[in-house]
Amino acid sequence: MRSIFGFLYKYFQTRPTYMNWFSQLITSTIGKKLIMALTGLFLISFLIIHCTINAMIFLNDGGVTFSHWGHFMGTNPVIRTLEIGLVAGFLIHIFQGLLLIKKNRDSRPVRYQVEAPSPKSTWYSRSMGLLGTLLLLFLIMHTAHFWIPNRSNQFATGEELNLYQMMLNIFADPLIVILYVLGCISLAWHLLHGFWSAFQTLGLNHQRYNSIIHFVGTAFAIVVPLIFALMPIAIYLNWVH
Amino acid sequence: MKLTLKIWRQKNNNSKGEFKTYVHDHVSPDMSFLEMLDVLNEGLVKKGEEPVHFDHDCREGICGMCSLYINGRPHGPLQTTTCQLHMRSFKDGETITIEPWRAAAFPVVKDLVVDRSAFDRIQQAGGYVSVNTGGVPDGNAIPVPKKVADEAMDAAACIGCGACVAACKNASAMLFVSAKVSQYALLPQGQPERKERVEKMVAQMDEEGFGACTNTKACEAECPKSIKITNIARMNREYYSSMFTNYEVTVSGGGD
Ligand code: HEM
Ligand code: FES
Repeated sequence: MRSIFGFLYKYFQTRPTYMNWFSQLITSTIGKKLIMALTGLFLISFLIIHCTINAMIFLNDGGVTFSHWGHFMGTNPVIRTLEIGLVAGFLIHIFQGLLLIKKNRDSRPVRYQVEAPSPKSTWYSRSMGLLGTLLLLFLIMHTAHFWIPNRSNQFATGEELNLYQMMLNIFADPLIVILYVLGCISLAWHLLHGFWSAFQTLGLNHQRYNSIIHFVGTAFAIVVPLIFALMPIAIYLNWVH
Repeated sequence: MKLTLKIWRQKNNNSKGEFKTYVHDHVSPDMSFLEMLDVLNEGLVKKGEEPVHFDHDCREGICGMCSLYINGRPHGPLQTTTCQLHMRSFKDGETITIEPWRAAAFPVVKDLVVDRSAFDRIQQAGGYVSVNTGGVPDGNAIPVPKKVADEAMDAAACIGCGACVAACKNASAMLFVSAKVSQYALLPQGQPERKERVEKMVAQMDEEGFGACTNTKACEAECPKSIKITNIARMNREYYSSMFTNYEVTVSGGGD
């Protein structure tokens, strides 16, 4: 017994160095951004899958293909385990993002009277906090529409909901369609800066690869939100039914 | 030229400042911005008023002492130092708003003068190299590829004026610190302290209360010495590699 206390005492007395360097890394301004970049890229990889599966509605087969894959994603044990990582990724990105917004504001307690930033700096790069907050509001609405009811129902009854039919119902409301399109627009601007920015944060800025990173980032930031935005629009206009 | 100047006046660090408006009608387009302020101050002194305090030293764009946030941009409309900015960059009859650098880490001392010693403390934390005593080493004794030397020299061009902090919406000092980290990390002479340096300088930067980097490029766009944000990516790499692989150092910041 004594030796355990003795060990614990020593353990906390000497502050284990591995905790020291790691906590120092992730609480530094650079480490905070490292977390943003890693979770951001992880969320980007999620968007690829999410977008691909949802785009199955454009097959216009009454939701057969879409529901097949939706069922796979909703029930496969590997995917369900990865989903925990996804929720964690979102939460970490959001909390760290909000903390950074606060930290960065505190770094300039007195604002300027006149601000006329150079055109070489884009407005959306300076508005990542605003765009992120809009995305957060969108996410709350979006998960309340589909993910939360579906998972709660699975939890309560073991049955999945008919997500395809739910989409048709929800996107019959023009206001909701507009809110979804606005969400997609926020995502586009967030990614237009975020994609490239994550590479810069990771230190991956190299003349040889910069143009390809910019190209892929720009294409991704336009194509993915565009496909997403077309979903509620297509359903509202009855292209997909 | 006739100008209306809206200038931030603040008695000292503890007092609340405010904007005061001055009409200045003895301005020649050939004056530098600082000369324009000199003439304004001469008039104020003659009237028995307190002159406007602002920082300056070399007045040839090399010391980094002059500051001023002019019409919403550090060092005004051109990518130069304020001492190298001339009144021909403004229009007759224009209203010019002049503010001090705004950052928690750069407290206002008086009027337009801010305390930039946070930069000195960051430098003291790690911005140096060890040199042996003894005879002067031969020039070019250590081979350095020309491109690398150029890259290091470009980083070393930083004059520590703080325009990057002033321009950044986060009041982040990353461009400055990354230039100082880069100029040594690139060269053989900087290797002995390479890992400790970046750890200590970043720790001190955070200690001073500068913000994080959102990669907006606002700093690069305003830097009078054209320091590039490739340096920030390099500093990030240096920092990760140091934090993940360095032998343990106790980082206390150390510069005070
Ligand atoms: C699918 C959703 C999202 C994706 C794919 C995404 C992706 C990214 C990426 C790649 C970055 C760049 C990281 C870097 O600069 O190193 C970023 C930055 C950021 N994100 Fe997100 N994000 C998403 C949602 C959100 C949400 C919901 C918030 C809510 C607060 C948010 C807040 C931020 C902030 C504040 C930054 C900028 C941090 C900074 O540079 O100071 N993001 N995001
Ligand atoms: S006074 Fe020295 S750089 Fe302007």
